[in-house]
Amino acid sequence: MKPPPFTYCDPESVDEAVALKSEYGNDSLVLAGGQSLLPMLNMRLARPEALIDINKIGDLQKIERRADILEVGAGVRQYELEDHPLVGELVPLLPEATGYIGHIENRHRGTVGGSLALADSAAELPCTAVALDATVVVHGPSGTRTIAAQDFFQGWMATALEPEEVLVAVRYPVTPWTAGHGFVEVARRVGDLALAGAAAVVNLDEDGRFTAVSVGVLGISDTPVRASAVESALIGEAPTEENIARAAEEIVPSVTSGDDLHATRAYRRHLASVVVSRAITAAVARAHERSNGK
Amino acid sequence: MTTSTAAKYGTAHRTLTMRVNGRDVTREVSTRTTLADFLRDELDLVSVHLGCEHGVCGCCNVLFDGHSVRSCLMLAVQGDGHTVETVESLSVDPTELHPVQESFAEEQGLQCGFCTPAMVLRTKEIIETGREMTDAEVRHEISGILCRCTGYQNIVNAVQSAGAKLRGDGGPSAQADSRVGEAAADRGEVAADGAAGGRS
Repeated sequence: MKPPPFTYCDPESVDEAVALKSEYGNDSLVLAGGQSLLPMLNMRLARPEALIDINKIGDLQKIERRADILEVGAGVRQYELEDHPLVGELVPLLPEATGYIGHIENRHRGTVGGSLALADSAAELPCTAVALDATVVVHGPSGTRTIAAQDFFQGWMATALEPEEVLVAVRYPVTPWTAGHGFVEVARRVGDLALAGAAAVVNLDEDGRFTAVSVGVLGISDTPVRASAVESALIGEAPTEENIARAAEEIVPSVTSGDDLHATRAYRRHLASVVVSRAITAAVARAHERSNGK
Repeated sequence: MTTSTAAKYGTAHRTLTMRVNGRDVTREVSTRTTLADFLRDELDLVSVHLGCEHGVCGCCNVLFDGHSVRSCLMLAVQGDGHTVETVESLSVDPTELHPVQESFAEEQGLQCGFCTPAMVLRTKEIIETGREMTDAEVRHEISGILCRCTGYQNIVNAVQSAGAKLRGDGGPSAQADSRVGEAAADRGEVAADGAAGGRS
């Protein structure tokens, strides 16, 4: 249980990190928080020729508001999302979902960019990025490009990142102040990766009907899933228990995970509609609180 | 590896300086050495217990720049220029325990002791917020550390007792006395002196 030998690189700028990625390509791995990579190294499931530690790059540690965008640097620690006043005010789903990531010891080291680049479909941050229509910012030899979160996650632990690119930031659209959010997960134990979970943000009109619904679901497929069918089934409807439960059933065809050690596919299909329904219900309750001025 | 990369990063060893338990230490380490192995093998800080070495058990937790982290999931070189505290920092003399350590002793918040250093450090970290917590909240806060002996109840009692001491709202003996009193009252007895040892 010791890491294999590697060339340890600790660049202090994004450009240098990109130069190292260009040099080593797929023979290198980026070390961010290390909460998934170090176990893989300790168990020798990963044997990179070079380890590129990005923890010394100050440019990756920022949380900034730019007009209607909250930009979070890839190196920001997950616990900072829970505590940062700007994050709670502008994108309140983020701190709530982050609280479900592992244990506090993991969140003290784990980073926002690390979770997205690992792209575990049962993880919280990829799912919230998809639900919030976030944009992933990557830097490569030919400069910066942006990728919509839905296009960024391409398969099981696979992303649109090229071997010579480094993920530098995530841009979250600021959530309208009238919107409500909800996040629900079902896991065997506190801190475990969830069997299934859902993130929802909703907006209601003056008559209390849905004008906007966005739902991301985790743990049910190779990637986090945007529940478009659930969303369109609710637009213009009243947020009644029956309407939400009926719309939540639309997620079932998207469940491709299972049977595995943790759950059967039949159970995950059931669970998917349950977490979607609960997340939307929680979001509606918050939207009502907002409109009542609480 | 290009010549410039080799010149800058081609070495398998690095010299690091880390502030550990209040003292600056400078050592040469292999870049693939974990922080946990460094603390144990180079600095003899054997309170850092290695249970699983892949981030599950929490027994290797240390305070890194004041925050609890898994030391098996960090490289020693990443500690260069940073501050690390282990349980050895809490009391220099075994006869003069830190209040958190006292609480664990008084409440019997341990059995085999393997998870205890991590539990003590985590307790120090969470009670320093000064926030009063329910037992359920305490259980959530310590959920990153596995104890296979105690069933956690005595650890929860120890955390609560240490927190009460820090807030100054009744020491451990006052709490223990009230519990004995309640238990006695439940049985219809009168706790004459409130001391469990007084009953045979």
